Formats: sequence, structure tokens, C-alpha cells
Amino acid sequence: MSGVAGTSAKHEQEVLKGVRDTGLDEARLRAFLAHAWRTPKGLYGWLVTVDHKLIGRRYIVTAFLFLILAGLSALAMRFQLARPEAGYIGPDLYNQLFTMHGTTMMFLFAVPVMEAFAIYLVPLMIGTRNVAFPRLNAFSYWVYLFGGLMIWIAFAFETGADAGWFSYVPLAGPEYGIGKRPDFWAQMVTYTEVSALAVAVEIIATVFKQRAPGMSLDRIPLYVWSVLVTAFVILFAMPAVMVSSTMLILDRLVGTKFFDPAAGGDALLWQHLFWFFGHPEVYIIFIPATGFVSAILPTFARRPVFGYLGIVLSLVAIGFLSFGLWVHHMFATGLPQLGESFFTASSMMIAIPSGIQIFCWIATIWGGRPSFATPMLFVLGFIFTFVIGGLTGVMVASVPLDLQVHDTYFVVAHFHYVLVGGAVFPLLGAVYYWFPKITGRMLSERLGRWNFWLVFLGFNLTFFPMHILGLQGMPRRVYTYPPASGWGEMNLFISLSSLVVFAGFALFFLNILLSLRNGRIAGDNPWQASTLEWATASPPPSYDFSRLPVVNHREPLWAEPDMLLVVEGLRVDAREVLAGTVADAVPQLRVPSADNSIWPLLSAIAVGGAFLGSIFTPWAVVWGAIPVSIGFICWFWPKGEPEDEE
Amino acid sequence: MARCVSPVARPRTRKRPLMPLTCTWPKQWASTAPMLVLTGCSDWQSALHPHGANARRILDLIWSFSAVATGTWLLVMLVLAAALLRRRLTETTHLPLEIDVRQERRFTRLVASAIALTVLVLVILTTMSFFAGKSIASLSGTETLTVRVTGHQWWWEVRYFGNEPSQAIVTANEIHIPVGDPVKVELDSLDVIHSFWVPSLAGKRDLIPGRPSELTLIADKPGTYRGQCAEFCGYQHAHMAITVVAESREAFDAWRSKQEAATPAPAGDEERRGQRAFLSTGCALCHTIRGTPAGGTLGPDLTHLASRRALAADTLAMTPGALAAWIADPQSMKPGAKMPRIALSADDLNAVVTYLGSLE
Repeated sequence: MSGVAGTSAKHEQEVLKGVRDTGLDEARLRAFLAHAWRTPKGLYGWLVTVDHKLIGRRYIVTAFLFLILAGLSALAMRFQLARPEAGYIGPDLYNQLFTMHGTTMMFLFAVPVMEAFAIYLVPLMIGTRNVAFPRLNAFSYWVYLFGGLMIWIAFAFETGADAGWFSYVPLAGPEYGIGKRPDFWAQMVTYTEVSALAVAVEIIATVFKQRAPGMSLDRIPLYVWSVLVTAFVILFAMPAVMVSSTMLILDRLVGTKFFDPAAGGDALLWQHLFWFFGHPEVYIIFIPATGFVSAILPTFARRPVFGYLGIVLSLVAIGFLSFGLWVHHMFATGLPQLGESFFTASSMMIAIPSGIQIFCWIATIWGGRPSFATPMLFVLGFIFTFVIGGLTGVMVASVPLDLQVHDTYFVVAHFHYVLVGGAVFPLLGAVYYWFPKITGRMLSERLGRWNFWLVFLGFNLTFFPMHILGLQGMPRRVYTYPPASGWGEMNLFISLSSLVVFAGFALFFLNILLSLRNGRIAGDNPWQASTLEWATASPPPSYDFSRLPVVNHREPLWAEPDMLLVVEGLRVDAREVLAGTVADAVPQLRVPSADNSIWPLLSAIAVGGAFLGSIFTPWAVVWGAIPVSIGFICWFWPKGEPEDEE
Repeated sequence: MARCVSPVARPRTRKRPLMPLTCTWPKQWASTAPMLVLTGCSDWQSALHPHGANARRILDLIWSFSAVATGTWLLVMLVLAAALLRRRLTETTHLPLEIDVRQERRFTRLVASAIALTVLVLVILTTMSFFAGKSIASLSGTETLTVRVTGHQWWWEVRYFGNEPSQAIVTANEIHIPVGDPVKVELDSLDVIHSFWVPSLAGKRDLIPGRPSELTLIADKPGTYRGQCAEFCGYQHAHMAITVVAESREAFDAWRSKQEAATPAPAGDEERRGQRAFLSTGCALCHTIRGTPAGGTLGPDLTHLASRRALAADTLAMTPGALAAWIADPQSMKPGAKMPRIALSADDLNAVVTYLGSLE
């Protein structure tokens, strides 16, 4: 796609308005498409692009930067806890550190990174050229970035949130919350929820309407199924926390009394609203991770996944069940016996669909011919650790048992097994697996192995002993503990082990930096995988596929390794994608796809400014509405449909 | 590993060897041997060393669940290892879509049975959990004594009610209970959410402002049992401990009648000077000492301060030196605590310490 080809395409475009791909030779087709789907060069291009790959990539990089910040906070906490009554970090900073660690890991790393991979991969895996609402996609990234920057800049100015990632009232309320700390927390939640909801909407529309012809529901790759279910969970869970964080900021800012028992409010209401979101949140992180596993495992087991239907139904079941167990975070608040039994049973029940997935994966390995590249190692590490986390989850589902271990290090151990073992291991595997697609280069296998073993061993040495510490009575969220407790040795051991995890992650980032420059050239399909993203170049061109594929099989590249059927008849001088029926992906329409625009960024700045201002004065909502409206009006200003011109 | 600490102070009335706390573990848990090594035998405030019916019932549940979990995990790992390492025919032309239909059918049967087994195990565990909960709940209503515990940032107010107002006791950070009797603990908070948790006696229960709740404690051996706030409550969440002293009925009654009494007038010059300083420098604005004009209610009642085992919610031991250090600069001992530093001359400080030390 040299400059010459670009110019000639421009010239031809004027001559041939409405030109279709039918009968075009490959070189001219690519020139046309490259012109229509291009992102301008330089900073301006960086700001206006709506390419799902560029946005997905920067989402991933940003999320990993937040991972580093949250990881360093954890390291600082382990330093303070290494011995009893250590005086390195006082309670004020410690409380900010654990709050920032949890908040960042949940809101700024785990959820966004899962969305980021979905934004990057879904259009490629279902054979289309962009997500359904490309500008909304750009907008969601900017809003997320501003929210994340805001809370960390506030932390740098000693206004870091310090009431825990759950911000229970009254501790975070108007009377006991310190300065503006809880307000920054509450608004950060609003930012990231707006962005998560935007991505959820895009994913649902994209998966439902833009699948390649022939990709009926039973041929959707399992990873895409997993992000589809996740998008629905986001859609129903996130409003609960947006409502509660808005109520919190109203209590703090304009003196409403939602959570003030003295004025007829209820402190427990916060917990119900927060956990109604907070529990599905765990599955918003975990479900896409199981999608990674279902994508990686068949490739390295060299056979299709066993029990496709069972896994899809499990994903859907987990999505539904995740809304029925929020109360197990609140067992210690006191429940009637019937309520206890209900939520114990519902919490245990979620082990069934999770179990189905594990059994199907093991059957896949049994029936296949496994090889042990780094992505597969992470998948195996995932099964090893996640099963432990799932089983301790069954333990804490029991009300009496939970009353002993709730808010102790046992629970810290449990959810790190679920979230690190269950989500971060598959995520690291996913990075090793798709890095060649995203960058065109392979990551080093040798460093990858070191990376895996350090993280895997370090993780288990760090977190397993925490189960015991919890049973021995060590509560969570304490900045220190007395020497008489006898917890000192084990804490020292944990702190030392955490250095191993840290070293493992350092190798991970080193591997990425080195391989970006020197990695082996990957080629289109380095792993001989079966899904559509491997049918295009690595990295994929701006238009993803020069011709949209037609799908006749659940594993298209294994069924037709040499040649795929393709669609003809799309316009190539303007951005166009194909929309089909929801169930069978029968093509219905050629749909224009939005072009680059600066307005998503400007709207995000306006929205971000209004959110930020509302921390300080309620009038920011009123005055902020003006730039927000201007931004949205310009964004949606009609530009004349290409179809109308024909 | 961890130092072996005696779990209980010996009852004064009975002769009894100092419990050496050998780590006695039920034999059937031999499979958890590696855990034992890590566990050591810290009995400081541990759910693993129950001294009451509630905690014991829960520990049984913990062990049963752990055994099932360990067994399940081992089984899954064994099958996974077999799946990974099993011998395969070395044909080079294997294509990923060549699937053995008979094997698929076998997988379907195996996976279905594994799911059925999972459901069965979950039903059993849920039932066990239900009965444990029921047996713990059955203790409530049988209590013979009521104690009201109010959570404050970062200490515990403890009240006993008698038949007459003069029998009411207010103390802090220490609950005395008669051994063997179920005791109702009424829980409430006036500021933020706290959680009352004495692991060796019972599971925890939150103290939520505006939502009073309760818990039944029962100790089956005399001893002191430590507890700690379990719900994050701000700066000094780490230093918000409470001690439950379980003692014989006679010892309990003796303690109670002693606590009911107001303080006598200070005996010596030093004590008198201390009391004057206490009443004139602002201490009395927050603290009560019954029998004196000091009637503040923001901080702990100090009427029988010297009879307690620890200071500042178990941040410091109850010694004259620690008391002096605490009064001289509370913020360096417990940063963020609500007690301000009050400028006292060295002599006044010593006098106040002597005076408070006399409040037995």
C-alpha cells in the first residue's frame, strides 16, 4: 500500500464512486480498502482513529500500566507486613494503598483489559471490519483513561481513596470520609462504568449483527460467546454500582441521606447495591478468561474443544447465576436462616457450570495431542490454581464457615486464587497466544517459560499460606499486627514469595519489550489455530480482511485450511460492513461504518470535565451539560449516507 | 515456626497444668500434614483452636469442607495429569478434525457422571452447612446474661445491665463472662461499621449503625480469648482488639461486684494530684470516672482502668510505663486515634499515671 497506490486509489475513488469489490484484483482491492479504512498519520490520527485494533491495543497497554501501579502498591503493602509492628508505612498511606490496589485491579485493570481484548479480537474472530459503534468505542477508551488518570493523580496529591475498593458507608460517607477521597473514588467508578457499558453495547451489537455469513450461533467461537455473555452481565450489573456511587456522591455533596440511618437512610443499602454489582463483577472478569482458555486449549490440544454446547450453556448459566449470590459477601451482617440457606445454595450452585467447563477442557486434552507452548502452560497453571480457588469458594459459601473466615486472609487467598489463577493466568496465556497476531512477532518461548514458572510458583507460595493465616485469625486490611500474634514468620515468607511473582512479571514485560523489536516474524497463523483472526495478516491490515470470509464450520481454518469462501459485493471506496440475522448470520444489509472523528475525544473531555467538576460543586453538572451537549451534537451531526449519494 | 503461646490464663481456683498447647490435631487429618508445618501452633486468636461450642462446630465444618476440597482437587489433578501424559499412538498424519466418535461418547458419559458427582457433593455440603448453622442458631434464646457491646473508632464499649441502675457497669475492650453459660452479646455501632470477632469462641457479626444485632458466646474453659475488629473501620482498624475473659461463676460475680463500685477518694498525695490534673486538663471531657466529676462519654470509661489487661484496645500492655507513654503521646502509639495529646508537665503526667493506676 505504497503512497503511489494510495494516490491512485484516491483518484479512482473520485471516478468510481460506489465501486464494489466484485471482480477487483487483489492489489487494487487492497489499495481501495486501505484508503477507505486508513487512520491519518501522526498525533492527529492517534486522536481521531476509530480502528478497533488501535483502540484495543491502547486499551490493553493502558490496562497493563495500571496493573503495574496496582502491583507496586501490593509490593509496598507486603513490605510493611513483612514483620510485625513494622513502621515503614503508616495507617493513612496503607489504607490508601490497599484501596488503590483493589480499585485499580478491579476497575482499571481486570475489567478494561478483558474488554480491550474483546474489542481487538471480536471483529477479527467473527470476520468483520470494525465493531458496531466505532466512535462509541473510541469514546469509551478516553473516558476510561481519564477516570484512571484522575484517581491516580488524586493519589499522588494524598487524596487517594482510602475506604476500601468497596467504600462502605458510613466510613466513606459525608461524616467519616476523609476530605475528597471518597468523591474521587465514586467518580472514578462512574467513568469506568460508562466506558464498560459502552463496550458492552458495542460487543452485543457486533456479535449479534456483524458475524460473517454462515457463522450461525452454533459456530460462534467460544471466546466470542464468553465476551457476549460478559457484555450482558455488564449491562445488568453496572447500573447498580452507578446508582450507588451516585447516591454516595449525592450524600456527600448535596446532603441527601440515602445511607444515613439517623435520617431514615440505611447503611446496609449500600452493601446490597454494591455487591449486586460486585459479585457479577468477578464473573465479568472470569467469564472472558474462560473464553481465553477455550480458545487456547483446542489449538494446543490439536482438536476441537469437547462439549461446545455444554460450555456455551455453562457460560450463559454462570451469567445468570452470578446475579443470585451477592449476599454471600454480607453473611456477617446477619441474615434470617432461610436467607442463609438460599444464598448458600445459590453460591454453591455456581460450581456446577464452572465444573462443566473444567471437565470439558480436561476431556479435550485427553482426546487431543497436547503440546506445551507458553500459552498452554498458562492454561494448565490456570486449571491447577483456579480449581483451588473454586473449592475455597465452595467453603466460603457456607454461612457458618464464612463467619469464621470472612474478612480474614483466608478470603484474600480465596479471591486471589480465583482472580489471579482464574483470570490473570489465562490473560497472560492470551498475551502469549495473540501477541503474534497483534504485533506480527512471536514472544520468546524461553523467557516465556521462566515467566510462567516464576509467576506460577511465586503466586502459590505467596497466596497459599494466606489460607492458614486467615484461619489463625489474621484479619484483612490491617496495616500491622502485634508480635505476640505469631503471624510474623508466615508474613515474612509471603512477602519474600511476592518478590518471585514480581520477578515473573518483570520478565513478562521484558519479554514484550525485547520481542517487539527482535521477536521471530510470526506469519498469519503461527499456532495453526482454527479461528478466523488467523486467516488475515499479522498484524492485520486496517480493514481486517480484504474480502469478508464465509463460514461453513465451527473451526473454519481447520475445515478449509487452504482456501476460505468469501463475500463479494461490498463497497470499497467507503467504510462498509455486512449485517446479518442474529441466529443464522444470513447477510441482510451492507451497513456504513463510522469514519474517524475527533468528537469522541472532545465529548469524552467534556463528560470527564463534568464528572470531575461535580466532585467539587453540584453546579458542574449544570454547566458541564453545555459542552457535553455540544460534543454529542457534533459527534452525531448527519453527514449524508453514502447510500443516499448513489 | 510460631511460638507456642498458652491459650488460657489459669483459673485461680483450680489447679491445672499450664496448657502446653501441644498441637493436637485429629488423626484423620493426617493428609493435611504439610499444612501443619506451616500452621505452627499459634493460638493467639485462632479459629483452629476453638474453646466454645460455636467455634468448635464451625471448625468441624472447616475440616470436613477442607477434606472434600482436597480430595476433589487431587482427583481433578490426577485426571488432568493422566490426560496430559497418557501414551498416544504416534501417527504423523493426525488432523485436528479427525475425531473418534466412540471416544466422544465415552467423554459425554464421563463428563455427565462427573457433573452428577459434583451436584451430589454440593448437596451434601449444603446440608452439612445448614445443620451446623441450625445448631449454632439454637443457642440463641438460652442466654443467662446480656452484654451490650458498642463499636467506636477504635475501641469497644462494654455495658452490663443489672436489675437496678446502680448495678450497671460500663467498661471497655474487655468482656467478662461466666464459663459454660451462654451469653448474649448485643451489638451496635455509633459511628462506622465494625465487626465483632473472637475466633476461638464464635464466628463474627457486624456492628452496623442503625441495625442492632446480637451474637451468642459460650466458653467451655476458663481463659482469656482475644478478638479483633474484622470490618475495616478506618485508620486504626488494626488496633481494635477485645479480650473475652471467661471465668468461674464466683470469680465472675466477684469481678462484677467490684466493677459496680464507684472509685473511692484518692488515697495519697500523688493520687490526689493526679486526680486534680485529670479533672483540670481536659481528660474529663471525654472520659468518665464514676465517683468523680469526670463524666465524658467520647472515650472509654476509666472507672476501673487498672483492673483491665490492656490499654487502647490491646495496643499496649497495662503497665505504668505504657500508660505514661500512651498519655504522653497517643498519636505516636496509635496514629489517627481520637485521643489528643495533652500537654502535661512531667510531674503531672506521673501523678495522673499513679492515679489511674490506682483505679482497680
